[in-house]
Amino acid sequence: MEKLLLLLVVVLAVVGIAQIAKVYQVSSELQKRREEDISPTSNKVNANLWLLFMVAFFAFFIWQYFAYSDLLLPVAASEHGVEVDQLFNVNWIILIAMFFIVNFLLFFFSWKYVHNKNRKAFFFAHDNKLELIWTIVPTIILAFLIIYGLKVWNDVTDEPSENALAVQLYAKQFDWTARYAGPDGQMGESNYLLITSQNPLGLITDETIESRVVELKEGITKTENKLANEIMPDSKVEDLEDRIGAYKRQIARILKFKDSDRDFSTAYDDIIVKGEFHLPIRRDVSFNINSRDVIHSAYMPHFRAQMNAVPGMTTKFAYKPIITTDSMRTILDDAEFNYILLCNKVCGSAHYNMQMNIVVESEEDFQKWLDEQKPFVEPESLKATEESEEDKVVEEDGQLAEKN
Amino acid sequence: MSATVEAHEAHAHSHEHHHEKESFVSKYVFSQDHKMISKQFLTTAIFMGIIAMMLSVFFRLQLAWPGESFEILNYFLGDRWAPDGVLDRNMYLSLVTIHGTIMVFFVLTGGLSGTFSNLLIPLQIGARDMASGFLNMLSYWFFLASSIIMVSSLFVETGAAGGGWTIYPPLSALPQAMPSSGLGMTLWLTSMAIFIASSLLGSLNYIVTILNLRTKGMKMTRLPLTIWAFFVTAILGVLSFPVLFAAVLLLIMDRSMGTAFYLSDIYVAGEALDPVGGSPILYEHLFWFLGHPEVYIVLLPALGISSEVIATNSRKPIFGYRAMIGSIMAIGFLSFIVWGHHMFMSGMNPFLGSVFVFTTLLIAIPSAVKAFNYITTIWKGNLVFTPAMLFSIGLVSTFVTGGLTGIILADSALDINVHDTYFVVAHFHIVMGLSAIFGMFAGVYHWFPKMFGRMMNSKLGYAHFWMTIVGGYGVFFPMHFVGLAGAPRRYYQYTDYPMFDGVYDLNVLVTGFAIFAAAAQAIFLFNFFWSIFKGQRASENPWKSNTLEWTTPVEHLHGNWPGALPVVHRWPYDYSKPGKELDYVPQNVPLTDDEEEH
Repeated sequence: MEKLLLLLVVVLAVVGIAQIAKVYQVSSELQKRREEDISPTSNKVNANLWLLFMVAFFAFFIWQYFAYSDLLLPVAASEHGVEVDQLFNVNWIILIAMFFIVNFLLFFFSWKYVHNKNRKAFFFAHDNKLELIWTIVPTIILAFLIIYGLKVWNDVTDEPSENALAVQLYAKQFDWTARYAGPDGQMGESNYLLITSQNPLGLITDETIESRVVELKEGITKTENKLANEIMPDSKVEDLEDRIGAYKRQIARILKFKDSDRDFSTAYDDIIVKGEFHLPIRRDVSFNINSRDVIHSAYMPHFRAQMNAVPGMTTKFAYKPIITTDSMRTILDDAEFNYILLCNKVCGSAHYNMQMNIVVESEEDFQKWLDEQKPFVEPESLKATEESEEDKVVEEDGQLAEKN
Repeated sequence: MSATVEAHEAHAHSHEHHHEKESFVSKYVFSQDHKMISKQFLTTAIFMGIIAMMLSVFFRLQLAWPGESFEILNYFLGDRWAPDGVLDRNMYLSLVTIHGTIMVFFVLTGGLSGTFSNLLIPLQIGARDMASGFLNMLSYWFFLASSIIMVSSLFVETGAAGGGWTIYPPLSALPQAMPSSGLGMTLWLTSMAIFIASSLLGSLNYIVTILNLRTKGMKMTRLPLTIWAFFVTAILGVLSFPVLFAAVLLLIMDRSMGTAFYLSDIYVAGEALDPVGGSPILYEHLFWFLGHPEVYIVLLPALGISSEVIATNSRKPIFGYRAMIGSIMAIGFLSFIVWGHHMFMSGMNPFLGSVFVFTTLLIAIPSAVKAFNYITTIWKGNLVFTPAMLFSIGLVSTFVTGGLTGIILADSALDINVHDTYFVVAHFHIVMGLSAIFGMFAGVYHWFPKMFGRMMNSKLGYAHFWMTIVGGYGVFFPMHFVGLAGAPRRYYQYTDYPMFDGVYDLNVLVTGFAIFAAAAQAIFLFNFFWSIFKGQRASENPWKSNTLEWTTPVEHLHGNWPGALPVVHRWPYDYSKPGKELDYVPQNVPLTDDEEEH
């Protein structure tokens, strides 16, 4: 019933507008008014509307600029961020000036030179001097902006210093993991073939190779049993046979790690954290960024830092934090404030909630925190059972639990 | 040249013989007449535009009032995608993706170029029809087929493609990573492959027609700027769309034939995948090699249309005709060497980034030349505010406002913090969305009398324009601030982040304006369809314009001119020329003895 009424209203509205249009048309026919002859009144009204629009538009901009200035990001919390913000401000001032000047000229001329049948337009086809002016002036301004911009870009992408802290940021649908090198100062190698729920980054150690191969072999046996005992459509049979083939290929590839003389023991003391990671103040942090599934982007807005996480390759970004979380809380007068890392490349259904907190603190606090973290392999045993349970909880948001 | 003209002349006579025998099907459905094909493109694009606009209103509701129930969402999307009227988060991504795809490709590429290149190229250069009427017809039917496939993907059980209109792999390659990367993505890729074929057929035809079928006296330096814009656009299309075709083809192979062009080291949904050695960055390069010229494929026709409309309605020659041509060509050329600015954060070598910063910022120079030339054209003009003129002036404003923020995004150091945020959304919606759609509306209002032989109602046109510019700026202007606050695009909601608390009321403001702007389009739709049947009958040259299309009779004929083709004696911008009684001198009027060309 409601829908019927709604339909009726729409139909009546259309009929109404049509009738008004018809009346308008009949009246213009009676007055011999042609649609293409824009009356002086129409011209005048539109000319004034341009002026009105200009005032409203500029006011809208200025109002937003002041009303939402608190929305803009707080002071940059990294060394290069300060430089980037300066560059931004210089650009911003030039842009806003141009925005006002050009829009003003456009709307003002539109108002001023409205049609007047007693006047003839000025036949002004070209003027090389003018053309030169507005080729050369923008060129000079842009040359300045390009050089200044590239200087900052070079500083930002400069190699981090020798004593930089290395942190790996590892992305997957839909969370982040951070890894530190541990006491030996070296991160162990990793490979996606070794990923399991106990080994979310796929670190390579003799034990992880062993356990992954066992797991894959179990998978093969299970699948073979299924094939032998169940009746299923041909397509399913093919799928399962493909899976067995894939597992066998993976085992072969994994076993190759064993043949190499590489030393995998550097992985044992690596520290892997979720939910929150810590950084020391005033020390370069060099991020190696990876992804296991799709493209993500590590975006840390307060540090003016961003870099995509791309499966199959390692990307890098480095910065030096200069404001601790505590100081920032004081600056913003917000006791709840936290720096965050968020995902800024669409990566699937929960893309909008893929975040990790960042804590910036003094070097001593940072070392203390790091010492409290559990290494990847605790001296005696391979897996800590509680750790794997934690993992499962985090997995829940993903689409499928990581089980074969 | 004269030989081709004569040959075409002879060809045209045979057309006239056929004229009476045309059946309904060959006249309205499988028409090979460029004017009819242009109308087919326009109506299809309008329907696609309505769909894409509705999708945007749907996801704007979610962004303004996250998690709230809207019966309208449930009504259109059903229980599967909007249970209890709350938009599903996968559907949100599909809506965003399909909105972008339809707007960029189907409305602003197919719709804009397809409509106006087809209508104006033969009419403004003095040709009987396109070089190949058959290819032209094929171009439309491919376009329609791809449109239908794209829209049908919205009805797929696993959802329409949802990885953003750029469909970066691996997300788009792996149905395990996202359900909508299954059948929905297959349909997207199929539709795009057909669309690219349509675009290539059209573009080749436009280039050949412009080069070979100009009437006597129509030198390249006497072409209206519309034709110059369509010409450069067609060249961009021919050179860049095949690259997207390659990208799409490789993606199809990665998806279904087990190749590894874009995939490497992937562990998804509990399984490690076989492919090793591919790179998603390759896809990004291929995509943006089309993607950036595509921006100008969308924009240049709109700039061409506005040049024509502004000159005519300022009753004044376009200022710096040659500089305008030069800047169109410079923009076209530069658009091929700037694609990397979409990829500053992709992990590309920073030095390569520097090169793209340099080339990208160069585009600001020809753009500035264009903007100032428009303003000088208006200066000391005698402006007649037809609805088309209002939209053209609006275009200059959005082109400048949106273009300026491009300077920030082109600077790699600044891009770090605004990359993929709402700042980008604001930038490209103003500079290419609003500008191009304003150009399209300007074209529709201006050439409606030529297309349908009737006039559109100007009062409704005014209401449409003022509501659209207020709504358009109202939607996209606040997004700059949302973006500067660091809010990423393609987020389903921002409620999980305290730092985005301030974004709420701006999002409500934006959604309010979006609904307002969408409502304004109803005025246009009514005016358009009503005027086709009931509008005032048009006269031959309603806007007192100089170009050749206004020398054809109001009633359409296959072959355009009833007698011989017009001969061109002058450039198209002799408005208010000193010493002339009228304030316009059509191109086919011979120069008087003591007259200089311009």
